[in-house]
Amino acid sequence: MGFLQIASAHKAYQTPEGALVRALDDISIDVRNNEFLTLLGPSGCGKTTLLKIIAGFEDLDGGDIILEGRSLKEVPAHRRPFNTVFQNYALFPHMTISQNIGYGLDVAGVKKPDRDRRVGEALEMVGLVGYGSRRPAQLSGGQQQRVALARSLILKPRVLLLDEPLSALDRKMREAMQIELKNLQDSVGITFIFVTHDQEEALAMSDRIAVISNGRLQQLGSPTEVYDAPDNEFVANFVGTSNLFTGRIIDVDTGQGLVTMETGNGRRLCAGSRAYGLGDEVKLILRPEHLRLVDGDTPDGPCLIEGSVKDVIFVGSVVHLHVDVGFGRTAIVYHHHDRTGFRNDIEHGAHVRLAYAPDSAHLIANGRG
Amino acid sequence: MAFGKTADSRRRQGLVLLLSPVTLLLGVFFLIPLGIMIVYSFLEPGLYGGVEWNWYPYNYGRIIGWPLNDYETFEPIYLSIFLGSVKIALLTVLVSLLICYPAAFWVSRMSEPRKSFVLFLITLPFFANLLVRIYAWLLLLRPSGFINMALESLGLIAQPLDMLFSSFAVIVGMVYIFTPFMFLPIYANVEKLDFSLVRASQDLGAPPVQTFLRVILPLTVPGIAGGSIIVFIPALGNFIVPAFLGGSKVQMTGNLIERSFLQSRDWPFGAALSLLIMGSVVIIVMFQVIRSTRQNRGAA
Ligand SMILES: Nc1ncnc2c1ncn2[C@@H]1O[C@H](COP(=O)(O)OP(=O)(O)OP(=O)(O)O)[C@@H](O)[C@H]1O
Ligand SMILES: [Mg+2]
Repeated sequence: MGFLQIASAHKAYQTPEGALVRALDDISIDVRNNEFLTLLGPSGCGKTTLLKIIAGFEDLDGGDIILEGRSLKEVPAHRRPFNTVFQNYALFPHMTISQNIGYGLDVAGVKKPDRDRRVGEALEMVGLVGYGSRRPAQLSGGQQQRVALARSLILKPRVLLLDEPLSALDRKMREAMQIELKNLQDSVGITFIFVTHDQEEALAMSDRIAVISNGRLQQLGSPTEVYDAPDNEFVANFVGTSNLFTGRIIDVDTGQGLVTMETGNGRRLCAGSRAYGLGDEVKLILRPEHLRLVDGDTPDGPCLIEGSVKDVIFVGSVVHLHVDVGFGRTAIVYHHHDRTGFRNDIEHGAHVRLAYAPDSAHLIANGRG
Repeated sequence: MAFGKTADSRRRQGLVLLLSPVTLLLGVFFLIPLGIMIVYSFLEPGLYGGVEWNWYPYNYGRIIGWPLNDYETFEPIYLSIFLGSVKIALLTVLVSLLICYPAAFWVSRMSEPRKSFVLFLITLPFFANLLVRIYAWLLLLRPSGFINMALESLGLIAQPLDMLFSSFAVIVGMVYIFTPFMFLPIYANVEKLDFSLVRASQDLGAPPVQTFLRVILPLTVPGIAGGSIIVFIPALGNFIVPAFLGGSKVQMTGNLIERSFLQSRDWPFGAALSLLIMGSVVIIVMFQVIRSTRQNRGAA
């Protein structure tokens, strides 16, 4: 039995024009106890809708939300053992920070001395000791965010729902809060369901990521699974950057677990895979950091691509190369310019040879998205 | 530093220039008349209107129940009319509040085109003359009026209800006139109420009643206070509605003032009554200002 089951959740909205928006289309996720689960997807894909349904602010059209075997369909929001950190924090402007944090306890009838003690602990937990008598408007965005966290966590919810809580913060603050949040989740031992459209944030923080697009679950897996072995083209493109080639398998070497794919233009590319057989239509995904610049001595073969450099973009730790690999295709390569001292002088128009390990190429069946 | 100062003083000069027409206007049309009123309220009434320039505190004496210096005959008739006016004004505030508060939430949830239409409807009565609108209520409320006819034909009452010329009729008329003034400030407040706060309250375990009392109500107090004051002030001094719908039975201070000036031609007494109303209004507005600055200081 799962901890929190989202069982084929369906939700459609009626737009004022009369059209039907499928915000959630048959989403099933088994949320594990104490995990940090991230809902990742582009804007408008239904992340907030799913969070609202879990919290109880919206009703399902079909499916169910089940907590430890018990359906929550008939349980109103204020009786669910979940708390939410809202995107805009939704702190009560007419209350002090302490009153905000103590709100849930106050409502639950916890007496003042006990409440004060727990509010004090919560302030300490989020590093806001001494801010208790201020009002929300007198705090910075990051501080307000911590208050929102403390206000929710003080109730010791079974699940904490976070709707893009870091999106209003600047980059430095956001990165610091990512680490803080992850550490906090480890120490309080509460399940976090975290919504973001930022794939780096998702990869950095999550135990598992649920990639959602157009109301449908695209993939559910650990960050490495989602990044290294995307289930379909959407995931490959949304999480990280991908070079994609479409073609058919023309050679299978079962002994080494190696296949060769040929694109429509006759380009041949190798990949390590045992899942596909001769004649299968596939897409081959190559991550930019898996493409290496090699010198002219390296023998030609299916694990090598040649091309000429179109753009060189210096982003600090690496150089992004846009390489024209023929037939109107551009491959993106992340080149660590100081790794070997080799070819630090790449210029526009330079001829390059790009090699990759067969196992770093990932195959997905063509036509699945 | 020096630069800042000159720029600052120049800006101040500019401001003075800009504001001088306003100051002039206020001075001529507000402060001078107010001064005249205050002076007159301490003068002896002339025989045929006007004033005699004699020190005469008995206008106020009359109001609080001791006309002249005869302390035997305490008769607070004007005071009781004043208190009656306060009561009617307060009831007007209460009733229009009970109507407008839920209505504001209802309207704020409407779709945009409907919202604009409803807001238009609310301001629509302003296009018709006030006297006509009050006269319409006279026709509605009288024994042979529309309401009684409707109730009778439905068999709900055997005899016409005597609704006209009562506090009830006055309050109905006042609520009718002042409802838009109550509605608009509350609506403006409710409209900008952040609904995610209601969600947050629910999320933190508060059932609907608690959410209302702890979050919604405190956050709409400014609108309630604003609307109440805007309704209370003109309701307290109103004389047209009681004159039409209150008949001789319901007297408000406004009627007394009107009569002192226009009928008995006792200008000083009318001035004193006016200042009584003005004084009570000033006190109430001061309360509101203190309340809202305290709140703003908290929110800033
Ligand atoms: N109340 C509503 N009425 C009609 N359509 C809605 C409503 N709420 C959401 N939608 C639609 O449902 C879809 C999913 O919305 P949702 O808010 O869940 O997106 P999201 O993934 O949270 O996006 P974002 O990252 O921008 O917050 C969108 O197409 C949105 O337009
Ligand atoms: Mg959202």
